[in-house]
Amino acid sequence: MRSSVIVFPGSNCDRDISVALEKMQFKNQMVWHKDTVLPKSDLIVIPGGFSYGDYLRSGAIAGKSLIIDEVIKAANSGCLILGICNGFQILTETGLLKGTLLRNKNLKFINKDVNIKVTNNNTKFTSKYKANQILKINIAHNEGNYFTDRNHLDELCKDNLIAFKYCDEKGNINMESNPNGAIENIAGIYNPKKNILGMMPHPERMIDNLISNTDGADLFLSILN
Amino acid sequence: MKFSVTVTLKKDVLDPQGKVVQNTLINLGLDNLKEIRQGKYFEIEIDEKDQNTAKKKIDLMCKKLLANLIIENYKISKL
Repeated sequence: MRSSVIVFPGSNCDRDISVALEKMQFKNQMVWHKDTVLPKSDLIVIPGGFSYGDYLRSGAIAGKSLIIDEVIKAANSGCLILGICNGFQILTETGLLKGTLLRNKNLKFINKDVNIKVTNNNTKFTSKYKANQILKINIAHNEGNYFTDRNHLDELCKDNLIAFKYCDEKGNINMESNPNGAIENIAGIYNPKKNILGMMPHPERMIDNLISNTDGADLFLSILN
Repeated sequence: MKFSVTVTLKKDVLDPQGKVVQNTLINLGLDNLKEIRQGKYFEIEIDEKDQNTAKKKIDLMCKKLLANLIIENYKISKL
């Protein structure tokens, strides 16, 4: 399977995701944001980091970069798109995913391993997980407080477009297990066609027991499937 | 021609920065304070003679980049 990782000035998880993809046997290519041609890809990843130093709003400038037109075309033709952390913020700024990511409710940058629940395991990104499986995945962000309007939230719930929700170790989804104030504890969402996934947690950091755990590996193995 | 653009969070969007600034001012003794909402301010100079055309162009800039219409409102004023 071929993957492309888009690199912006200020991306800092691009190498991590590339290591993760190659470990999972993806044929990966790095693509610079000024490029106007996207290599043929089955998966496009927009990595985490601080593209353009978070100027204006997180992801706002990257969301208008040259390569994004190609990403939008690929997304519309069904290519799988994965946006992690800043990548999720960029996807909302392009309009590929609805809603936006506000400043964390406690105004602090949060870097810690949190529990998330796989709320939909019937997608190309999560088929290897069990329904309602609880994962421990690292988050590291300042703007992860997902917000959207009532109509879109209803659509997300009705069409099962919420990918992951923050929860505690036992799977309880409540205020205490919500690290950043995200509406409905949302940690990741899909577009209606479910070929685009945006998520704040970093699955690429959880692929090796030596440094963390392997809870993120099944996301990449699901895609390979 | 010069314009200013003020971008502010919509009414029902939580503004934690504004809240912290407000609490700090209250702690400084300014206790008749009702509410503070923090926003962004831009000054834009545009090479255009017709004011309506210029304003339309600034409006497009706001829609395309300067404001995120899901959570923010903007106001354009001539300087």
